[in-house]
Amino acid sequence: MNLVNYLSASAIPIVILIIIIYGLFEKKKVYDIFLDVAKDGIKIVLKLFPTLIGIFVAVGVLRTSGILDLIVKFVSPITNLLNIPSEIMPLALLRPISGSASIGVAVDIMQKYGTDTFIGLVTSTIMGSTETTLYTIAVYTSCVGIKKTRFVLAAALLADIAGMISSVVIWQILS
Amino acid sequence: MLNILWPAFIIISFIYAFFSGNIENVSNGIFDSLESVVNLSLTLLGTLCMWNGIMEIAMNTSFVEKLTNIIKPLMKFLFPNLNNKKAYQEISMNMIANVLGLGNAATPLGLKAMKTLQEENENKDKVNNHMAMFIVLNTASLQLIPTNVIAIRTSLGSQMPSGIIFPVWIATIIAAIVGVTATKIFISKNK
Repeated sequence: MNLVNYLSASAIPIVILIIIIYGLFEKKKVYDIFLDVAKDGIKIVLKLFPTLIGIFVAVGVLRTSGILDLIVKFVSPITNLLNIPSEIMPLALLRPISGSASIGVAVDIMQKYGTDTFIGLVTSTIMGSTETTLYTIAVYTSCVGIKKTRFVLAAALLADIAGMISSVVIWQILS
Repeated sequence: MLNILWPAFIIISFIYAFFSGNIENVSNGIFDSLESVVNLSLTLLGTLCMWNGIMEIAMNTSFVEKLTNIIKPLMKFLFPNLNNKKAYQEISMNMIANVLGLGNAATPLGLKAMKTLQEENENKDKVNNHMAMFIVLNTASLQLIPTNVIAIRTSLGSQMPSGIIFPVWIATIIAAIVGVTATKIFISKNK
C-alpha cells in the first residue's frame, strides 16, 4: 500500500521535472511557453461548465429522489456476478456513453461514500482507466463517413469491462 | 438523445419524490448539485491550466519525436503492414498526445489519421484493420496522469488525490491488452 502511494505520489513531480529539464536542455523559454498556453485550460472548463450543470442536476435529483437506489437494488444481482459493487453500477453503465454524465455520477458516488473509501477509490480508478467509448467511436467513424464498424464496439467494450473489473480487483488486493 | 433522457430523468425523479416523500431532499439537492459543479470547475480550472502549460513545453521540444521513436516496436506490433508513412506518423503522434493527456491535441491528430487511412481504404463504408485497431486504442484511456480524476478527488476533499495513479496504470494496461487482443482475434477470424 505504501509503495503504491509512493509511486502514485511521485508520478506527477517526475513528469513535470523531466519535461522542464528537457525544455531547459533544448534552451526553450519554458516559462513563456507555459504562460502562453496555460490559459487554454480556462476555455476547456468554460465549455464544460453548462454541460456539468445540466448533468449534475439530473444525476442529483435521480439520487435524492431515491430512484437511483431503486435501480441499484434492481441490478445488484448482475453486478454481484461480475464482482462489481452495486453502488458503482450507475457509473459502469454510463461511463462508455457520456463523459459528463459519468463525471456527474462519479462525483455523486464519492460524495455519498467518500473519496478514499473502497467504493471511492474504485470509482476513481474506473474513471481514470476507461474512456467514453461510444462517443469516441462515433467521432472517429463519422469524420470519414464510415458506418460499418465491424467488431470495434465489441472489442472496445470488452476492454472497458476488463478495466472496470481490474479496478475493483486491484483495490480488493490493496485494501 | 440527451434531449429525451435529461427531461425524463428530471420528470421521473420529481414524480417519484412526490410519492415517496423525498421532495424536500430533492429541492435541497438541486442546490447542492450546483455547488459541487462550481467547486469541481474551480479545481478543474487550476489543474487543466497547469497541465496544459506543462505539456505545451513538452510539445515545443523534441520530446514527442523521441517518444515516437521509442514506441516504434509497439507500432509495428499493433499496425503490421502499415506502409503509409503519413498515417504512421499521425497515429504515433495521436497515441503520444493521449498518453501525455493532451486531449485537445490528440483528437484533431486522430481525425487526421482516420482521414489518411480512409484514402487507402478499399471499402469506404467500413473500417479496415488498421482503423479498427486505432479506434480501439483511442477508446482505451492511455493517459499517464489522469488529471481530471485527480481534480475531482481534490474538489471532494480527498486526503490523497493522486493516490490512484498507479492503480489506474495497472487497470488501463489490462484494459488495453484486452482491447488489443480482442481486436487481433477478431481481425484473424475475419480473414
